[in-house]
Amino acid sequence: MEAALEAVYRADRDRVLARLIGILGEFDLAEEALQDAWVAAVSSWPTTGVPDNPGGWLVTTARRKAVDRLRSASASARRQRAWGELAITWDLGDGSGPIPDDRLSLIFTCCHPALSLEAQVALTLRSLGGLSTEEVAKAFLSSETALAQRVVRAKGKIRQAGIAYRVPSSAELPGRLGAVLAVLYLVFNAGYLPPSGAALVNVDLCAEALRLCQVVITLMPDQSEPLALAAMMRFQHARREARVDAEGVPVTLEEQDRRRWDGAEVAAGLELLDRARAMEPVGPYGLKASIAALHVAAPRPDLTDWAAIVALYDRLLAWEPTAVVRLNRAVAVAMAVSPADGLALVDDPVLARELDGYHLYAATRADLLRRLGRVGEAAASYRVARGQTNNRAEHKFIDRRLRQLEEPTAGPPG
Amino acid sequence: MRYMLIIHNDPELHPTPGSPDWDQLMVDYAEFSKQLVERGHAFTGDPLNDPSTATTVRVRDGQTLTTDGPFAETKEWMSGYYVVDFDSLDHALKAAAMVPSAKFGSVEVRPVAEM
Repeated sequence: MEAALEAVYRADRDRVLARLIGILGEFDLAEEALQDAWVAAVSSWPTTGVPDNPGGWLVTTARRKAVDRLRSASASARRQRAWGELAITWDLGDGSGPIPDDRLSLIFTCCHPALSLEAQVALTLRSLGGLSTEEVAKAFLSSETALAQRVVRAKGKIRQAGIAYRVPSSAELPGRLGAVLAVLYLVFNAGYLPPSGAALVNVDLCAEALRLCQVVITLMPDQSEPLALAAMMRFQHARREARVDAEGVPVTLEEQDRRRWDGAEVAAGLELLDRARAMEPVGPYGLKASIAALHVAAPRPDLTDWAAIVALYDRLLAWEPTAVVRLNRAVAVAMAVSPADGLALVDDPVLARELDGYHLYAATRADLLRRLGRVGEAAASYRVARGQTNNRAEHKFIDRRLRQLEEPTAGPPG
Repeated sequence: MRYMLIIHNDPELHPTPGSPDWDQLMVDYAEFSKQLVERGHAFTGDPLNDPSTATTVRVRDGQTLTTDGPFAETKEWMSGYYVVDFDSLDHALKAAAMVPSAKFGSVEVRPVAEM
C-alpha cells in the first residue's frame, strides 16, 4: 500500500496542488489543505483501497479540509473574504472527473518576473517539484531561514500585488516563457554543476528540471523553445561521466573521452532538437541547443564544424547581445579561423571592461595565449583567473595548466 | 485592484521645460491619459513640482519639525503619479511601460492596500 501511495503522490501531487491553488487562490491554504487530504488518504486508503481517480479524490478532500481550516480561522478578515468567495464558487463534485490541468498557470505564476529569481526557483521547486525549503536551500547554498523568508514574501506579493494565476496572453508569452525556461535551466545547472561546497542533496535536480521541462512541452506542444531546452539538457547530461576526471577536476570539451558520452542521451536530445527546429522561428534555446548538437555530433574534436558554430553564435547575438555570448563566439572564431583572430575579439576593450572580474574571461584569454605559445602572458592570465574563483576544482584545473606551461621551459636543476 | 504608478525621474536625463522634447512629452502624457480612459480605466493622478519646492514635516514628542527639502535627497525623484484600476499586476506593468517617462526615468508599481 505504501508503494501505491507513494506512486500516487509522485504522479498527481503537482497537478492536484496546481488545481487547489487555482480554486483557493492562495498558496499556503492550498498546501495546508493538500497536506490534510494526504493525511486522510494515508489513514483511509489502506481499508477502502486506492480510489479509481486518486487525484480527484485528493482535490475533493482537500477542498473540504480547506473549508474546515477557513471556518476555524474565521477571525481573520482576509480569510473571511476568501471563505465567502469559496462558498460562491463551491461545486463539490464526487471527484470522479478529470482534474483541469492548472500546472501551467502555476509555473507561470511561480516564475513571474515581478518575483526575485531566487524566489522563482524556490517556489517552482516547492510547488511543482514537491521539494522542501530545506532541500532547495541546500542545493542553492542559501540559508534555510533566509530562503523561507523569501518564499513567504513572494507568496505575499503574489496575493497582495495581484499577480494573476493564469497562462500569459500570446503577446506576453515569449518573454514570460523565457523566464520559465531560465528557471528550469538554472535548476538543471544547479544539479549539473553544484556550487562549490554545496552539500550533497538527496534529489536529482537535473532529472527534476528535465521532468518539469517535459511538463511544459506536453502542455504547450506548439512552442519550440521548451523542446530546445530539453535537448540542451540531454546533450549536457550525455557528457556527465566525461566532464570531470578521477580527481574531480573539470575536463575541457576538447580533452573529454568521447567514448564515455551517453549515446542514448545524445540521440534523445537530437530527436527533441529536430522537433524544435521544425517550428519557426528558432529562438535562443534552439540556437544554443544547435551549437551543443554540433559538439556532440563530432566524433573527434578536430572534426567539429566550428564555422557553423560561429554562424549560430552570430544568430544568437541577435537575441542575446550579451558579453558572455560574445566571449563564446570569440572562442568559436579562434577554433574556426585562428587563435590570433579569437584573441583579437577577446581583447576588445568593451568586452574586457564588461567581463572584468569574471574568471572565465581571464581563463579563456589564457587558453588562447597558450595556443599562441605566449607562455608568460598565458600564465599571468591563468593566475588572474585563479584569483577570481573560489571553486577548488577550478583551482586544480588552472594549477595543472600552469604546470604544463612551465614544463617545457623549466631548465634542469643546478 | 488599484495600483499606484509612481514616476521617478533623473532631472539630468529629463527634457527641460520649453524644449521640443518637453513639448513632445506633454503630448505623450495627454495621449497616455486618454488611452487609459478609452480602455475604461478610471484614474487619478498628477505631476508634481520638483523637490526644491518640497517641505518635510515630522512630529516627535508632540513637537512639529519642519525641514526644507524632500524626505530623502536622491538623484532620482518622484515627479508624478497615477492611481489606476487594473485586473492584475500584468496589466499594471504593461501600462507602466507605456508611461512616457518610463523611457528615461522609472515607474514603480505598488498595489494600493485596500482597507
